[in-house]
Amino acid sequence: MKPMIRKATQHVNQNEGLIFEKSSPGKAAWKLPPLDVPEIDTAKLLGTSERKDLGHMPEVSEIEIIRHFTRLSTWNYAIDLGMYPLGSCTMKYNPRVNEVVSRLEGLANGHPYQPEKISQGALHILKTLSECLIDITGMDAITLQPAAGAHGELTGLLMVRAYHESKGAPRKKILIPDSAHGTNPATAAMVGYAVENLKSNARGMVDVAALASQMNEDVAALMLTNPNTLGVFEQEIHKIADIMHAKGGLLYMDGANMNALVGKVRPGDFGVDLMHLNLHKTFSTPHGGGGPGSGPVAIKKMLEPFLPTPVVITKPDGTLGFEYDRPQSVGRVRAFYGNFGMFVRALAYTLANGPDGLRQTTEDAVLNANYIRKGLEGIYDLPYSTPTMHEVVFSDKVQAKKGVKTMDIAKRLIDYGFHPYTTAFPLIVPGALMIEPTESESVEEMDLFIEAMKSIAEEVEEDPQMVLAAPHTTRVSRLDETAAARKPVLRWKPTQ
Amino acid sequence: MLKAIGAGSIDDLFAPIPAEYRLNRDLKVPRQMAESEIVDWFRERSRENGEAYATFLGAGAYYHYRPVIIDSLISRGEFLTAYTPYQAEISQGTLQSIFEFQTMICELTGMEVANASMYDGSTAAAEAAMMACRVTGRNSVAVARSVHPEYREVLATYAHHQGMPLVTVPFTENARLDLKQLERSITADTACVLIQSPNFFGTIEDVAAVADIAHKRGALLVVSIAEAVSLGIVEPPRQADIIAMEAQSFGVPLGFGGPYCGVIATREQYVRQMPGRLVGQTTDRNGKRGFVLTLATREQHIRREKATSNICTNQALIALMANIFMTIYGKVGLRELAKQNLAKAAYTSQEFDKHAKVLFSGAPRFNEFVVQTGEDPYAINNRLLEHKIVGGLPLKKFYPELGNAALWCCTEMTTRAAIDTAVEAVAKNGRSARSIKEQPDVQEVVR
Repeated sequence: MKPMIRKATQHVNQNEGLIFEKSSPGKAAWKLPPLDVPEIDTAKLLGTSERKDLGHMPEVSEIEIIRHFTRLSTWNYAIDLGMYPLGSCTMKYNPRVNEVVSRLEGLANGHPYQPEKISQGALHILKTLSECLIDITGMDAITLQPAAGAHGELTGLLMVRAYHESKGAPRKKILIPDSAHGTNPATAAMVGYAVENLKSNARGMVDVAALASQMNEDVAALMLTNPNTLGVFEQEIHKIADIMHAKGGLLYMDGANMNALVGKVRPGDFGVDLMHLNLHKTFSTPHGGGGPGSGPVAIKKMLEPFLPTPVVITKPDGTLGFEYDRPQSVGRVRAFYGNFGMFVRALAYTLANGPDGLRQTTEDAVLNANYIRKGLEGIYDLPYSTPTMHEVVFSDKVQAKKGVKTMDIAKRLIDYGFHPYTTAFPLIVPGALMIEPTESESVEEMDLFIEAMKSIAEEVEEDPQMVLAAPHTTRVSRLDETAAARKPVLRWKPTQ
Repeated sequence: MLKAIGAGSIDDLFAPIPAEYRLNRDLKVPRQMAESEIVDWFRERSRENGEAYATFLGAGAYYHYRPVIIDSLISRGEFLTAYTPYQAEISQGTLQSIFEFQTMICELTGMEVANASMYDGSTAAAEAAMMACRVTGRNSVAVARSVHPEYREVLATYAHHQGMPLVTVPFTENARLDLKQLERSITADTACVLIQSPNFFGTIEDVAAVADIAHKRGALLVVSIAEAVSLGIVEPPRQADIIAMEAQSFGVPLGFGGPYCGVIATREQYVRQMPGRLVGQTTDRNGKRGFVLTLATREQHIRREKATSNICTNQALIALMANIFMTIYGKVGLRELAKQNLAKAAYTSQEFDKHAKVLFSGAPRFNEFVVQTGEDPYAINNRLLEHKIVGGLPLKKFYPELGNAALWCCTEMTTRAAIDTAVEAVAKNGRSARSIKEQPDVQEVVR
């Protein structure tokens, strides 16, 4: 290994078994207060429904639990440890004040069914965040209910379907560019639509001529990510919107890449009819190892009757409340009102930024992506020279000649102290390296990243085998995913 | 940096956006605030939100004690600020904890496999019903009217465009599923029977009897569990084919309805039809044990429109809360915790029964029960609010046939003092409801 790795180093790395392997009878980490009502006879109350045994549930002490999870945590990479340039995932800093305010007593312990008159604080948060997001997107109304981006897509397409049904027929299919995220086609299928692929042109954008020929009265909507998954802004967006609208179709925007637009341009102004946001991307709520997210859907006026129930309203007496009686609604998409805790965090982020901060965030995100692009251009192949917004996509074309693929470079990047970029996506770029630094990275951290990527490119030339065997510094080496899928072991068993 | 890039100004970088669409004004959002102002603003909202009220509300969201180490541990940046564990070598912490979560869910539910989480109990139930359709090749679902009304609404939304007809099965005078009606409701096209246990009224269903009827007709049994703490003392629905659970009770704050933690558990034979992420055990190149996301060919990023679900982001951090909670209480504590819930609810319902009518007493219950009063429950609740107590959930909106009825819930957090105050509020001014005849009639799910 070369001596020039400036960021990563070896450190204490403890072994830790499964919690079940530490369990023994009599250990406990819980204590209940004394019962202040009469004792009960469980057999009498429950009869045959009484459970007698809790199987192999663990019995461990509090310090064991603290050590167990603390040790496990040290095996994770995280934004808090360094740059996490996963393209399309917007791994930005998660401000800690968000965590503090979301745990305030009245917000953390508010019951979803408590009377509206003692829920004004939560309703006020729903309303304020809604108003902010409506102006940021340039739309007319919003639902905060969807639990994640894909759930937002589902909610959005349900509204698309209800809209077309109200015009006479739901229509049959959804157009989806070949560069789209997999949730888009999966969602269309869940709403009962056929999926038709739309090819990208040589510049990585929607082929407008192809769209015009594929668009007809059977098409309910186009699901478009803008900027798209190449980090390229769809420059002919107005033509795209016109083509859709001329034949009565709707333009749905996947807002996964909204971090490139906030405060600079609004989807509602360039012809989008509805879109979802990912609060866990653009609005800094933590990814938490895979969730929770939050995927509000912002819409234009004509879709308002179809919003899921309930909707927050201002009542005649000036207080806030929920409205349930909405005959044209698509219905309810989840219990209660959405991932409220994420709304608190997203609003705290919005307040911490204000109009100036939100604009600068976008500018810095785009600036950073362009800085990375400039730093690595010529070393990694750039399949599309179209201007970059918030993320840049290279390919492994040069390194593949030595037998080193994007995933191998990604694994080697781990040794340099970085989380890999997104590999092998979008599908239109063979061997893609999709890099999104976000606004959170300083020029110093990005220089370390560029240096690491350059160094790996040299290693590929000099010692490809070493790169192919990476990572070399992690607790475990590459794991056998084929074996995991062939004979799935999905839980611990005592006989193991 | 601009110089390094070769750009004249920041605006040059936004040149690809057609000029006519660029925003030339400030966003209409509140001005930038200092951290101290942000904290103050939310403190104000917190004060307006029922701070320091005791509650008798349950109905799918339960107020249980959250041991403090849950937040200490989930606040570690390595858990909080990590992405989905696709890069296994640097995600072993998240992956192993999910593997432990899957194991404990299996132990508690009696199922063979559990996934890494779903959005919540309501979407888990809807996805479980869709999964049953894939497994059986049938299309329709028989759903108990005693399943959480909002879960049924979500199911109706999902089913509407799936060509999945729903038939609602009524409950009897003990709040359990009407088995005779169930027999009549199942057809050759019924993919599954969906029940909740303990059901929306807190009553424990006769799962074995329901399973027999469903299985005899080739349908699967899907059981929704909204109150996870019940698993500490109530026999799990082992006869089910799929369990769709809400794990909020396991250390997740009420948080005005979310984020919560759905889970689907099932039998091994159905695992390839399961939605959501799964973690599996494997080995690395040196033979060391490690964990990876597995069976991804079910998922949207591989299968696109042919995936088992469109779910991508799940509720990982909330599943970690539940995982830590289950680890803390474990084999003995979970039973003791559940027993306290049972005792508090038993005492409270007994006291209520002296002044009002506690419905559905013919079958065992866990920690919720329905009280019918002469007086409108909203009026009783208004009196209780003056004591900083939130009373039971009035059921008129969901079950108008039950008249002046409300769903009350007691947990280990419900104090004797609050119980006595609530009983007094019901007794005072409350006319006897014992003459009111209950006649639950059959109604379709209203969307």
